[in-house]
Amino acid sequence: MNQLRWSAFTAKRPYLFVLLLLIVTVAVNFVFQPGLFERNTLNSNMRVFLPAILVAAGQAVVVLAGGIDISVGSIVSIVNTILVTQLGTNASPEQTTLWMAIVLGVGMLAGAVNGFFIAYLRLQPIITTYATSFLYAGIALYILPNPGGAIPATLSSFYRDTTPIGLPLAFFVIAVILVGWYVLQQTRYGRYLYAVGGQPEAAYATAVPVSRVLFSTYVISGLMSGLAGIAITLLLSSGNAGNGDALTLTSITAVVVGGTALRGGIGGVAGPIIGAIILGLMKNVISFANVDLWWQTFVNAAIIVLALAAPGVIDLFRRRRL
Amino acid sequence: MKRIKISPPLAAVILAVVLFLASGLLPNGFGSNASVAVAQATNILRLSVFLGVIAAGQTLVIISGGEGIDLSVGSIVTLTAILVYTICNGRDEMVLPALGVAVLVGAAIGLLNGVGVTFLKISPLVMTLGMSGVVTGLILVAQHGNVSGAVAPIMTRIIARPLIFNIPGAIIIWIIFGFAMWLLLERTAFGKSLFAIGVNRVTARLSGINVTGMSLATYALGGLLAGLGGFLVVGNTGVVFINIGNPFLFPSIAAVAVGGTLLSGGKGSYWGTMAGALVLTLITSLLTTMQLEDSIRRMVLGGILLVMISIYGRQRGFRQ
Repeated sequence: MNQLRWSAFTAKRPYLFVLLLLIVTVAVNFVFQPGLFERNTLNSNMRVFLPAILVAAGQAVVVLAGGIDISVGSIVSIVNTILVTQLGTNASPEQTTLWMAIVLGVGMLAGAVNGFFIAYLRLQPIITTYATSFLYAGIALYILPNPGGAIPATLSSFYRDTTPIGLPLAFFVIAVILVGWYVLQQTRYGRYLYAVGGQPEAAYATAVPVSRVLFSTYVISGLMSGLAGIAITLLLSSGNAGNGDALTLTSITAVVVGGTALRGGIGGVAGPIIGAIILGLMKNVISFANVDLWWQTFVNAAIIVLALAAPGVIDLFRRRRL
Repeated sequence: MKRIKISPPLAAVILAVVLFLASGLLPNGFGSNASVAVAQATNILRLSVFLGVIAAGQTLVIISGGEGIDLSVGSIVTLTAILVYTICNGRDEMVLPALGVAVLVGAAIGLLNGVGVTFLKISPLVMTLGMSGVVTGLILVAQHGNVSGAVAPIMTRIIARPLIFNIPGAIIIWIIFGFAMWLLLERTAFGKSLFAIGVNRVTARLSGINVTGMSLATYALGGLLAGLGGFLVVGNTGVVFINIGNPFLFPSIAAVAVGGTLLSGGKGSYWGTMAGALVLTLITSLLTTMQLEDSIRRMVLGGILLVMISIYGRQRGFRQ
């Protein structure tokens, strides 16, 4: 009886675990970095996390609908290389706006290519986006063979110093995503997403436009990767064809830590966003805790595995006891 | 509409042969020189062996279904290659112990993956990805970036050099290995159960198969084969470096997919994976010999992969 109530409680609140994890990570981080909540520290942390947050949100939509997108990192790299080669230090605001729009279009186009192969040609997502990740990484390297390039200094300082009502810019971006996601969930499309991720055959049988929904998730993921590409360019103020590489794995881990099941149909976007923040904080902690450089990779990975294993361990013990 | 039926392994082999013959026409290709052509073909076949053995474990894990995939193979290959390198340290008598350690360590890591996937219900993709991070971290901790040792001369002789009739030992090992894999998949209870749990875990359990045990064994076997792969890889290169296994990770999945094994599990063969490994190795080495720029090479590789899976990697449409 007690157990039933507990599992019903957690089933209705998939974010429970990730919130708990967030509290723990923030607390640990606070111990090592007491100034964590000061305006400047908060802002500098959040602007570093923002690219990962954006990619994780896009990845979450794809995963919800039962797919996976391994090409997100390469799309971020394409956007990064286009921006630094086209803008340079002297771009006018009009040019900047134009190129921002273009790169978002490029991101969506790259996502559309993924979506076309997966939704309409019915190829397997993991292997398709793996293939396109090569394609996109090649394009990024073609645009910018050697690290370099630049963007107007005003853009970098805008990204660095914008804190409306004293809060980091990233908070507002997250708020916009969450509101957008909430609205989307109320629409028919939102319900289609969960249906397609849960049981595509049943969804098809009940006249859900499965292919179109699948296709759209990759376009959304491409768009979010485009935004992440802009964010990472503003953050780094320079270009490198490998700048986005690490974001692919981060986004997938963030999605899972955030309680969105990789088999699709369960979860949302808020969890993965928190997941991305947790992963960023963990890196913070490791560097602040003076962990020996050689141990950092191990500690980081071990913490992630333990975090992923925690719900399963709790489950295992609950079953034993009964 | 009638569709021409051609099995994926056969298609992959045909593609490999056509690509190889076409490569002879390149400016620095073998042209009409038959002996050079044979030598090149042998060399490409030899290079395919390593990907082929590593992808064998991947094949088993993927066939077992339940979103099964092993992203830790790259790091297992690196770890075991380093272990073999340091244990052998140039001594022939240490080869067998080194091989033993390599497969045991590989199997242990695979077993951990299996525990995470079956008991802790972590998605295989994430579990093995996390494990790969842990193993990479362990390598850094243990080695601090510098590895000392040497491969044993006998390993180079058996793996990298011609053994009998000018055929490199690696190829002979692969043929025997391929036959063993075929026996395992098609002629043993393990193989039958593997396909059964890949198709449907519930029906498999109801028909008396120990699904948990099978899952554990499959991941352990996947790790074991990656460990064997690490042994072979270092025997071939003769040197180790910290990323030696990474380039094998995604090709191992691609080889399985190209070989016609369903990524959703329950259907596939090791012959297919062998053919897939051959095609991927051939394409990679062709792109290298054509001396294209790295950017173009990646685009071509991605494009070819897309075309290959478009031809026969398609899932069932919803209407069927």
